[in-house]
Formats: sequence, C-alpha cells, structure tokens
Amino acid sequence: MAKKKIPFNIQIDVDSFLPASSEEKEYMVQMRPSSTFFRDGVKRLLKNKVATVSLIIIIIITLSSIILPSVWPYSYERQLGVSLGKPVDASYNNLRPFEYGETEKAKIEAGEKVFPHIFGTDAQGRDYFIRIVYGTRISLAVGFFASIIVLIIGMLVGSISGYIGGKVDLVIMRIVDIIYSLPDMLMVILLASVLKQTLGSAIEGTALEKIGSNIISLFIVFGLLYWVSMSRLIRGQILSLREQEYVLAAKSTGAKSGWIIKKHLIPNCISVIIISTALQIPNAIFTESYLSFLGLGVNAPMPSLGSLASDALNGINSYSYRLIIPAIVISLIVLSLNLFGDGLRDAFDPKLNG
Amino acid sequence: MNTKTLAYILKRVGLALLTIWVVITVTFFVMHAVPGGPFIGEKATTPEVQAAMEAKYGLDKPVMVQYVTYLKDIVTKFDFGPSLKQRGRQVTDIIFEGMKTSAKLGLIAAFVALIIGVVLGSVAALRRNRLIDRIIMVITTAFVSMPSFIMGTLLLLFLSEKLHLFPANGETWQGLVLPVVTLSLYPMSYITRLTRSSMLDVLGQDYIRTAKAKGVSGPKIIFGHALKNSLIPVITYFGPMLAYIVTGSLVVEQIFSVPGVGRAFVKSITGRDYPLIMGTTIILASLIVIMNLIGDIMYKVVDPRISFE
Repeated sequence: MAKKKIPFNIQIDVDSFLPASSEEKEYMVQMRPSSTFFRDGVKRLLKNKVATVSLIIIIIITLSSIILPSVWPYSYERQLGVSLGKPVDASYNNLRPFEYGETEKAKIEAGEKVFPHIFGTDAQGRDYFIRIVYGTRISLAVGFFASIIVLIIGMLVGSISGYIGGKVDLVIMRIVDIIYSLPDMLMVILLASVLKQTLGSAIEGTALEKIGSNIISLFIVFGLLYWVSMSRLIRGQILSLREQEYVLAAKSTGAKSGWIIKKHLIPNCISVIIISTALQIPNAIFTESYLSFLGLGVNAPMPSLGSLASDALNGINSYSYRLIIPAIVISLIVLSLNLFGDGLRDAFDPKLNG
Repeated sequence: MNTKTLAYILKRVGLALLTIWVVITVTFFVMHAVPGGPFIGEKATTPEVQAAMEAKYGLDKPVMVQYVTYLKDIVTKFDFGPSLKQRGRQVTDIIFEGMKTSAKLGLIAAFVALIIGVVLGSVAALRRNRLIDRIIMVITTAFVSMPSFIMGTLLLLFLSEKLHLFPANGETWQGLVLPVVTLSLYPMSYITRLTRSSMLDVLGQDYIRTAKAKGVSGPKIIFGHALKNSLIPVITYFGPMLAYIVTGSLVVEQIFSVPGVGRAFVKSITGRDYPLIMGTTIILASLIVIMNLIGDIMYKVVDPRISFE
C-alpha cells in the first residue's frame, strides 16, 4: 500500500500498530522468574562468607544449648558429691577435665561406664560442661527476649509518634531525648540493684519466681531504657518514607494505599528494624554478662556466661580454663552475632552501605 | 558564632541540665523505694537507736521534704550527705578521693585509645584492602566483641600471674599498665574503625582529588587535608568513650584492685550504702552528660557544614 502524504496530519507509521508477531513476543518473555526483595537479600547474604559462617556458628551454639541439657546425664544444679543420707563427698569438688570422683572411680573399676566430666566440675561439684551449655542458653535467651521487648516498645512508641505527629510527637520525642542522654549503664546498675531487692518478695509464689528476680529486673531495665533508639529509628523511617518520591510516584500511577504499604513502606522499613534488633541481641548479652560480673545478674544456682566468668575469678590461678571457656563462648557469640548483623545490613539494606 | 549556634548551645545546655535533674530525681526516688531502708541488716538495734539514727539522717521526715533538702544541698553546697557505712565521712570526700586515681586512669586510657586509634585507623584507610588493613580490622573486631571484664581477667591471668610482666595491683605506674590497656582496648578499636571509615569517606572527596591533581605530595594531602576532616566524627565519640571508660572502670578497678571511684561504687552497691550509691551515680552520670554536651557542641562548632537544627 503506497503511503499518501496528507498535510496537517501527524505522520504515523501504521506498521507500529500491528499486533506483535510471535517472534517479537519472545523478546518479552522473562528468562528467569522475577526475584522478590527477600530472595534477593538471602542470596546476597549467602554470598557473604563471613556472615554465613557466623550464622552457622550461631545456629550450632543455639541448638546445642537447647538440646544438650535434656540429653546430658548431669544437670546444671546437681552437686555430684551430695546425695541423700550420706556425708558430702568432697572428691567431686574442683575436678579437672576428665577426672572422676571417688564413687565414680569405683564404678569404673567395676567395669561400668561413667560419662566423663569434659570440663571437670566447679567448686560445688557441679559438672562444668553442662553449666557452660546452660549458661549459654540463659545468656542467649536474655539477649533474645530483651531485644524483643525493646523492639515491641520501640515500635509502638515510634509508630505512634510518627503517625500522629504534632504535640504528641513533640512530647514523646522530648522524653526520648532525655532517656537517650541518660548514662544507660549507671542507670541499669542502679535499677538492677534496687529491683533485685524489691522484686524478690513481689514475685514470690508466681510463675515468674522460676525465672528469678534478677533476670526480670534486667528485662524491666531494658524495657525502660533501651527502647528509645529503636523508637527514634522507627519514627524517622515512617516520617521519611511517607515523603519519598517513589511513594508519590506510586500514588500518581494510581496505586492504592494497601499496595504502597505492602510494596514500598514495609520492605523499606522492616529490614532496618530486623537489623537493629539483631544488633541489639549482642548488646543485651554484653549488658547481662557485665551485670552478672558485678553480682547483679542471674540468681544462683542458675548460671550465665557472665556469672560463670565472675565465679571463675576466685580460682583463677589453678583453674584458669574455667575463666577461659566462658570467655571464649561469650566472645564467639557476640562476635558472630555482630558479624551476622553486619551481613544482614549489607544484604537487606543496600542504602546503608558506606 | 551566630545566633543559630548560640540557640543550639543553649538548647543543648538546657537538655543537659534537665537530664542531670532527671538523674538526681530518679536516683533519689528509686533508692527510697527499697523496702526496709538503709539500716535493715545492720546488727540488732533497739527501736530507740533505730529512731535516733533515722532522725540523725533525716529519714523520719516525709519523702518530699527529704527530696527537696537533698536537691538543695547538692545545688547550693555540692553536698551528698554522710556515708552510712563509713562513719563520719562525707560522700563527696569519698568520691573525690577515689576520683584522683580514677581520673588519672581514665584520662591515660582515653589518650592512649585516641592516639593509637587514629594512627591505626589512618593506616588501615591508606592501605585499604591490603594485608595490614585486614589484620587491623580483624583485631579490632575481636576487641570490640570482648567484654572488658573478660579482657581484664585474661590480661591479669597471662601477663601478671603467669608471665609476671606487670604487677596486678594498680598502685605504682607499672601497675597502671594493665588497667589502662584493659580500659583502652575497646575505645581504641572503636576509634580505629571510626577513623578508617571517615578517612575513606574523606579520601573520596573532590577536594582531595583536586589536591592530587595540583600535585600536592602524599603526606601533605593526608596531614593537611584528609586527617583534620576525618577526625570530625571522632569528636562525637568523646562522650560515649567517657561513658564506656566510667562503666568499664567499675569492673577494671575491681579486677586490678585500683582504689578508685569504681571500686567504691561497687562496694557501696554490695554494702547497700545508699547515700554513696546515689552520690556516685549522680556525679558520674553528670560527668558523662557534660562530656556528651561538650562533644556535641564541639562537633557542630568545628564543622561549619553541619546545620544547627
């Protein structure tokens, strides 16, 4: 068909409006499935060798601290030399690694098998290996739950402050400013030393007693003081995300608010929240061990890594491994959590990359 | 100094004063919430003696009256009352006596951390991704992940008890080595990482490229242009560093038996010497708040690019 030139008419090539041929359609076929934000992040995370190794270490330590106490033949609180109706057998106290107490030696000579004390026993004759495992469990649990408490309070206050804005925001932010500038450790010590005495009688007879007043006071202290940075973070996120150009762009192309929240706000916000929660855990473990060292940590006979290290100070010359083992475990946990948190940040929040 | 700067400084000073007041108030009321009061657990006393002691320490008056008196004594006379356990001694005297030792220890530690941290950080940044950078980063990461009390006890164990290199007691200058090392390792590692990242940031700036293009020599770029600007973020760390050193000194003084404020504080907690606990908390907290204030203001004044919002 010959093209006729018509004046005052837009020159349109009619061929452009023909339906696409199957050959042309093939260009548009996606060669691989589209990746989600989460899958992308996981892929980036797994490429990061340091973070992967840290994650494996964390998983191994966590699983063994959960599983081992239930299969181990000794318990963390049982003093092996003490049994009903008999005098205390002092040969069980302060055993070195792979040594046995008197009655155990007799059993071995009689041909019975006795499970070894891998790290020996402590001054009260308790199997030290299981105390380390149990202490790890306590420290991890304290770190985890403290971070969850911080997350919940911070998220609530931060989002309220960010959404409502105005005077509410102003008041909350002034309170946050003041709590933020309080020297946290001193306040923690002060509150922990007082709560330790007040809580003891208050929780007697309840289910909370089993956890111990010290751990609860630690949680209260965390709930009172450490939520501020989380709430600041979340408020800032909400305030800035609402004003982002891509939100405006999505709105202008007709996106509903449900879509915007699902596709833009949550993915941009959640990674920051998860990362800072992950980085809060080693912080809490640090604080717990510090307080345990000052005698404000978990209640005896419950061990935590900090209290084990602090107890080990008494026999530091003859039993230095009792200090070194919890020291290594605690450093390993904190180090791998920190490195994993860094890896998470690199993988899920490319904006923060320096 | 324009009005904006002045307004910012005034606002920060106001916030700092408010914070110190909150610390005093919280400390006071928290301490008075303890059941039994400070004389429980003392050797058996008759009710009359008990009443006489409470009257002497003003504990029989209503809490609000006690609070106002306490606040007034601090503000007007800097008086935190007498110690309950160390008879006849004022809290202020005990704290200032310990402060001499603690301040010496803390200042040396801060100084060491600053110098070594900046040097290591600069070296790491200039040799980015080379072997020395990797080594520095690995070591500092390890130090950041180790609680100070573990670091302290390990140093005590190996350098003092096993190798007898340094005395464990912190009275002589050799005795100061281990406590200072323990206290400074964490801030040193932190400053190293801070300096490294900000130095890398600065080295990528246009004015460094311009200087290079002009043919300015390497050392002159570093000392004349890069170092000064990359030290700005380090200033913000002054406050947190002091906070770390103060709290770290609690355990370090305990481990190395240094007769400082930290040890007095820990002793007062276990001995429930309430006026001493309150006094120490308030003074140390105020110190940290003031140091944070100075760091913040310096940060803004030093770098004119930072806006006063």
